[in-house]
Amino acid sequence: MEITTLILLLPLPPLLAFFLIVLFTNRSRLLSSIIGVGAAFLSWLGAMIVFINALGVEEFGKHPFELSIPWLATGSTTLSIGVMIDPLSAVVLFFVGWTVLMIFLYSVGYHNFGQPKGDHDKKGLPPHGATVTDEHGHSHTVLSVEPMYSRFFAFIGLFAFGMYTLVVSNNLLTMFVGWEVMGLCSYLLIGFWFQKPSARAAAIKAFLTTRVGDVFMLIGVVWLYSLTGTLNFREIFSHLDKVTEVTSLFGWSAAAWIGILLFIGTIGKSAQFPLHVWLPDAMEGPTPVSAMIHAATMVSAGVYAMIRMFPLFESATSDGFNPPMVMLMVVGTFTALFAATIAVAQNDIKRVLAYSTISQLGFMLAALGTGAYVAATFHLVTHAFFKALLFLGSGSVIHGMEHGVLHTGNHHVDPQDMYNMGGLRKKMPITFWTFLIGGFALAGFPLVTAGFWSKDEILTEALHGGYIWVFGILALAALMTAFYTMRQITLTFFGEPRTPEAEHAHETPWTMTVPLMVLSFFAITFGWVGIPEHFPVLGGIPKALGFASNWFHEFVISSLPAGGGGHEGLLRLASEEAAAAFDPIPLITSLVVALGGLALGWWYYSKVTKVEQDFFQIKILKNKYYIDEIYNGSFVRLAGWLSETFAVFIDRQIIDGILHAVASTVPVIGSFLRRTIDAFINWIGDKIGSGTNSVGQEAKILQPGKVQQYLVATMALVLVALLFFITRN
Amino acid sequence: MIPLSWYLIFAAALFSLGLYGVLARRNAVALLMGVELMLNAVIINLIAFWRYIGFAGMSGQAFAVIVFAVSAAEVAVGLALVISIYRRRNTVVAEDIDMLKF
Repeated sequence: MEITTLILLLPLPPLLAFFLIVLFTNRSRLLSSIIGVGAAFLSWLGAMIVFINALGVEEFGKHPFELSIPWLATGSTTLSIGVMIDPLSAVVLFFVGWTVLMIFLYSVGYHNFGQPKGDHDKKGLPPHGATVTDEHGHSHTVLSVEPMYSRFFAFIGLFAFGMYTLVVSNNLLTMFVGWEVMGLCSYLLIGFWFQKPSARAAAIKAFLTTRVGDVFMLIGVVWLYSLTGTLNFREIFSHLDKVTEVTSLFGWSAAAWIGILLFIGTIGKSAQFPLHVWLPDAMEGPTPVSAMIHAATMVSAGVYAMIRMFPLFESATSDGFNPPMVMLMVVGTFTALFAATIAVAQNDIKRVLAYSTISQLGFMLAALGTGAYVAATFHLVTHAFFKALLFLGSGSVIHGMEHGVLHTGNHHVDPQDMYNMGGLRKKMPITFWTFLIGGFALAGFPLVTAGFWSKDEILTEALHGGYIWVFGILALAALMTAFYTMRQITLTFFGEPRTPEAEHAHETPWTMTVPLMVLSFFAITFGWVGIPEHFPVLGGIPKALGFASNWFHEFVISSLPAGGGGHEGLLRLASEEAAAAFDPIPLITSLVVALGGLALGWWYYSKVTKVEQDFFQIKILKNKYYIDEIYNGSFVRLAGWLSETFAVFIDRQIIDGILHAVASTVPVIGSFLRRTIDAFINWIGDKIGSGTNSVGQEAKILQPGKVQQYLVATMALVLVALLFFITRN
Repeated sequence: MIPLSWYLIFAAALFSLGLYGVLARRNAVALLMGVELMLNAVIINLIAFWRYIGFAGMSGQAFAVIVFAVSAAEVAVGLALVISIYRRRNTVVAEDIDMLKF
């Protein structure tokens, strides 16, 4: 089989799984999970084959796997769609394949496959537990199976289809299709427990917020198409002069404006400030969904799209000023710090991770804004692994806590609140160790974890690009990252259990722990493919073992089109890379912030046992800077006010008022006319009326009042007319 | 290449199916679906004639797209009516909907 055919087939299994489950197997939990996980496995297998093949190609960036077919002839141009795997999409495909497969497997355990049906479980609510009686006649409450088990696999199948489509696309159109498929699925999945009002609200919020960004993005895509006549990435990049030469608003080139429009799409999708509000609320969905949305798919897709369109961004420079890149840098840097400060004050284990995701995505976008193409990609991949690990780990913790809640029967205890946990390391050892690895990777624990290498590279690039303020703010955000990560680990796993529920927490089944272990393997090892060449001692090891030094960098940088018009920025980047010798400042900074943050977190939170003792429960941080309240007060209230105005003022008062005025004058005229010419008109009227009545009585038979009989009459008439015309000739 | 008449026969068959649905089904929603089938048959005719006779221009495709848009609007209105009738009279059986005649 041709490799391009295989790439074309990659998104197909999850889509087929979606249809199979929806149409045929939705009654059988076993079949649905086999089909769902099997489809994820097939796609994973294909992705790995493609990835390994890609590794074997010399100068892969210049000769990517590409297949393009003409799809829609519009006037003089033809719109082509197709698939392409270049080094960038190959590494993205690698982590998507792994995380998607692991999340599918984890979902089997998370939704309690094999457990009995719940006593009072309803569709659209999380399972509440089932009572079973053992052989000694004792009855216990155990976890019960999710009532909409099959539906979940159908939805995540469709979600995986969207992500694979987005990754293998060679053009903005199919990429946008995948993007929107995921938007729909995130709506469906966040609102999975649709009987919870909070889940419904979160689903609508996520859908509407991302839609704001998507509209701008679509405008950008259409504008790009109208200027270049193509949506194929490589063709766009070879015709960038068509975009850069057009001057638009403020004297900026069209490239700058298109870049900004596309970036607004990413702000929505990757939950950057000010459209970040949907992501923490998206925690209402089941935990595998959070991992899908936050690590493997949707939010990564936003950053991936930016990295993919990077040559366009680079080309927007005019007079030494590059509007979209500056915007990327400012929004990314601000979001990185902003979300990190909120994360410190959150007590819900998943919400901390949600804000940390927002913050880490800010890191990537800021890196891209400074021109650090490879560093952004590197952090995207490592972050996907360790954040999926952390989310699945937190799901495992919640699952264990739910076990404890069922044991004590006290349903008022929130199994997601970290202040109800504590001491879980003994109860859930596998979850503890894997969560520790994920947390340390997020914090950037030196040398061992993947997060260290990618974050270090971002800081180095920021400093070398001359953006001291970006470097400073990101370093501060990294310090806070390490701090809140350690806070989370300490509160959850160390100390003594703070509630009886935590005492009765229980390790989760193998379907949940195996994905954790696989992902922690990558959370450690994936950093080693990108060790900088000039790093002391370690930098030389790959070379000594016969591999390329800093393999990741060499591999991914070749995705960029080399040279050509309007690529000064890229050339700058390349030459700077070559010249960059080892610089101790960023390394020392990342060592200090990672270890310092972890140590501070441990030092402070190992003493905190009650929520009242926690200094960081600052009101403004706990309330997320009141952004939700501001939006409710402005946009939501404004929309409400507008519709109220239209309904009450314009509709009921003005339009109805006119009607009422007309209605009240007509009787006056009417009564006058009646009195004057009544008698005469009446006489005629009566005659006409009685005449019409008698005609009507006769003709009534033609008006049965039933639509189908009218239709038969119509058809008969048409047939008669037809016969007439046919016979006439 | 498939001869033009095949398309026409197919479209005629589809049209007849739709017509049968409109005239014989009791459910008003099914009635709307019959109308859709008839419209689709018309579109197939348009496209087929365009492809075999007037291939140079874009008119056939343009007509087809317009018919799609119109039929989508028509279904939206039709369904809204059916739902509204269902709320008032608690039925979607076309025969029972005889409000036209008092």
